[in-house]
Amino acid sequence: MPHRQSLSALNRMLATGGISSTEITTHFLDRIEQNQQLNAFVSVDREQTLAHAQQADHSRRNERNSNLRGLPVALKDIFCTQDLLTSCGSRILSNFVSPYDATVVEHLDKDGFIVLGKTNMDEFAMGSSNESSYFGPVLNPWNTARVPGGSSGGSAAAVSARLAPAAIGTDTGGSIRQPAAFCGLTGLKPSYGRISRYGMVAYASSLDQAGPITQSAEDAALLLQTMAGFDSRDSTSLDTAVPDYLSALNTGLENVRLGIPKEFLDPSIDAEVLSAIETALEEFEKLGAKLVDIELPNSSAGIAAYYVIAPAEASSNLSKFDGVRYGHRTAEFSDLLDMYEKSRAEGFGDEVKRRILIGTYALSAGYYDAYYLKAQKVRRIIANDFSQAFKQCDLIAGPTTPSTAFPLGENLDDPVSMYLNDVFTVPVNLAGLPAISLPVGFDQSGLPIGLQLIGPYLKEANILSAAHSYQKVTDWHQRIPGDYE
Amino acid sequence: MTHWESVIGLEVHVQLQTQSKIFSGASTHYGADPNTQACAVDIALPGILPVMNRTAVQMAATFGLATGATINHRSVFARKNYFYPDLPKGYQISQYEIPIVSGGKINIGEGDTLKQIRITRAHLEEDAGKSLHDGLGEMSGIDLNRAGTPLLEVVSEPDMRSPAEAIAYLRKIHSLVRYLKICDGNMQEGSFRCDANISIRVEGDSELGIRTELKNINSFRFIERALNHEIQRQIDLIEDGGQVVQETRLYDPDTDQTRPMRGKEEAHDYRYFPDPDLPPLVIEDAEVEYLRSSLPELPDARCDRFIDAYQLRRSDAQQLTADRGIADYFEETVREAGGNSKIAANWVTGDLMAALNRDSLPIEQSRVSPISLGRLICRINDQSISGTIAKDIFSDLWDNGGDVDQIIEARGLKQISDSAELEQVVEKILSKFSEQADQVRQGQGKVLGFLVGQVMKETGGKANPKAVNEILSRKLSP
Repeated sequence: MPHRQSLSALNRMLATGGISSTEITTHFLDRIEQNQQLNAFVSVDREQTLAHAQQADHSRRNERNSNLRGLPVALKDIFCTQDLLTSCGSRILSNFVSPYDATVVEHLDKDGFIVLGKTNMDEFAMGSSNESSYFGPVLNPWNTARVPGGSSGGSAAAVSARLAPAAIGTDTGGSIRQPAAFCGLTGLKPSYGRISRYGMVAYASSLDQAGPITQSAEDAALLLQTMAGFDSRDSTSLDTAVPDYLSALNTGLENVRLGIPKEFLDPSIDAEVLSAIETALEEFEKLGAKLVDIELPNSSAGIAAYYVIAPAEASSNLSKFDGVRYGHRTAEFSDLLDMYEKSRAEGFGDEVKRRILIGTYALSAGYYDAYYLKAQKVRRIIANDFSQAFKQCDLIAGPTTPSTAFPLGENLDDPVSMYLNDVFTVPVNLAGLPAISLPVGFDQSGLPIGLQLIGPYLKEANILSAAHSYQKVTDWHQRIPGDYE
Repeated sequence: MTHWESVIGLEVHVQLQTQSKIFSGASTHYGADPNTQACAVDIALPGILPVMNRTAVQMAATFGLATGATINHRSVFARKNYFYPDLPKGYQISQYEIPIVSGGKINIGEGDTLKQIRITRAHLEEDAGKSLHDGLGEMSGIDLNRAGTPLLEVVSEPDMRSPAEAIAYLRKIHSLVRYLKICDGNMQEGSFRCDANISIRVEGDSELGIRTELKNINSFRFIERALNHEIQRQIDLIEDGGQVVQETRLYDPDTDQTRPMRGKEEAHDYRYFPDPDLPPLVIEDAEVEYLRSSLPELPDARCDRFIDAYQLRRSDAQQLTADRGIADYFEETVREAGGNSKIAANWVTGDLMAALNRDSLPIEQSRVSPISLGRLICRINDQSISGTIAKDIFSDLWDNGGDVDQIIEARGLKQISDSAELEQVVEKILSKFSEQADQVRQGQGKVLGFLVGQVMKETGGKANPKAVNEILSRKLSP
């Protein structure tokens, strides 16, 4: 059955003619239809997607260079697409059709990938549980009373339940890695600037980065290869050559120094998570890695800095949603100000409003220095901590999240404890580094546990090969939730 | 009676004449149908990102170099946040803390009145769109064609002490940006706009008074009136025991009044912060030096050269060099006229400018080319035609176009220098005006001019006045 195969395996099957894109795509579209209870997708167009698959099969027969052609993937609803709505999990964009495709979508299309549908997400990528979506929460396929994580919750749930062989997400403070950890998947957040942000609805521009959510590091390498690269339409995109990630996968772990920050093995972390991480680290040692104790002394300030910088940028980024040119406009209003206020009040959910308020406050005259500037200083200090640490080690390892997937609704009334979910992922975004979360076990209730590997800037190949080495000798990444086997 | 002194600082918005917008590839061409020149970036669709237009950066640096300013190797774009329908992103991208150009100076006046006006800074920013209210009934429309047009905002120190100085400064900036070909200077189309900060104080005071900002003074014609009006308003206010309130006021040329502006300017917190979509703007020494070496001759230097090379009076040289197009036109005319710079200067500052003003045409659209004018001057010089005839030909050229020599030929305007022919005419005039001829013979030299005039009249202006003079003098010598 195609859904038991990884993206890479499907690619090989397509190449040998063992299966067609139409067969694969039909199978996944059927599964999406059969599993709507997960609420993983917000837009699917079966006819159109099948037409693309048929086209891909046709091209494959007639082209010499047809690698990847016809592989379906799910796309977070934050990427602008001409073919499907781009709602970003928000009422304010619930009717929005983009007249252009995001660069990531162009890259996928150019390499022959087929978009299965757009996945649910926290509204404007603000959330760690996928409960802030206008289209309702996404359920965790491992336990539908649990959250899938966020903000790329729909993407993670879709891959976890094998409604798609792989998905694309975005990560501003952990939005790829945390849901990957909660759903037993491999989630890669590349270095800031590695993948173009053009056409990705901005949440916090200096932190946002697209990346793959997959079943394995090999699949992640396959997608990163397609997604990465300079884009002249994104001034923060990096104009350096993209390495061959797939061929670097088998570099191995021999003599790789794995830095273990003592701050990430805090006793407040769930004991089962800690134990799984320790077991995994032993496995890494067996594969030749050397464990090194390191310090990231200021990483605990990451959350505080993040929740100033990200909302500050968001408060400005979301100003364009004013009901004037597109998106939701209130039905009745007395004047311009009334139109603005009502359209935005109706269009945005609570978490988005909370962050707009926080950000507006942090940038206000009289508070700018104390909040925004201070947070930027903390950001530089945290980035510097990582630079220091990478003098002693090649990669950094630790838990992705302090706990496994929490129950739906648990943190809804307590934003701060929700925010603390991102304690290990946020510093990575602040420093612009690449990091991956990979599954390394389950807790006693059967919920997946993720380990995070952080690399120096632009060393995606190194973290991918480390994760791949581990995945060659373990099978956590191949586990499928019982109901979806 | 108290002597009041006005203190004026100007903010000039110079629209840079790039082909495309400051952060997008859309055209900046003026006058297109609404929203036909607004791309995804300009209308701020979700997911869009700005990309710096390097030409705009070079134009800004060029302006800095031409005013002796510092070009900051690293400058930063910030977001100025406010809601307005013609501001699609909900923020304007502008340089705030670190502009590309810092410091600089402009000289106004000459000799004893020479004065240096300091430029505080010049920074790059994007323009907003326009709100349209006409013909839409209850609705307002938004035209985003102008959104994202590159602007250079040039901020002066409060160094001007009179509306006349403010105008002199503004004219200097206007002339300079046209010289540098970074702005077309068209005030009607809004390519060159000005806001003024005005305060008054008792002459001799060193403290500045409370200022008002006067917006919308976008024509040289209105500036003096607007400034004078605002200065008088402040004087009246203070002399009546009141106080000036710091506020933004709009000048209405129809009523010649200023009134407080309401709306978005009300004590607004713009929440400036560095735009995370744009890395700091870096300009390397090599690029600055390249731009420096590419600077054209600037107005002040050109004026000095005109005085020197063409032996012109300073006032003529200033008039000719204030506008690069006119200066270019003049030099081309001189070349074509075989170096007759003084006659060329008279023609350009005289008949040509009068014609341009009458038809409200810029020099680039002059209906007489410098080549034609140069040839016309040649024909005066080689005595083919008289000055009077030349004016007639100039009008003909202006109205109908054509070739100077063909017009002279076709209309039979060639000057009569043939002695035999002229002798006949002179004889005729002398017999007709024998009384005046006698007066000349008796030594009343002034009357000679009358006779010359009669000969000219008789020949329809075609007689060579010099030759006529000679013949008459010979015939009437005592």
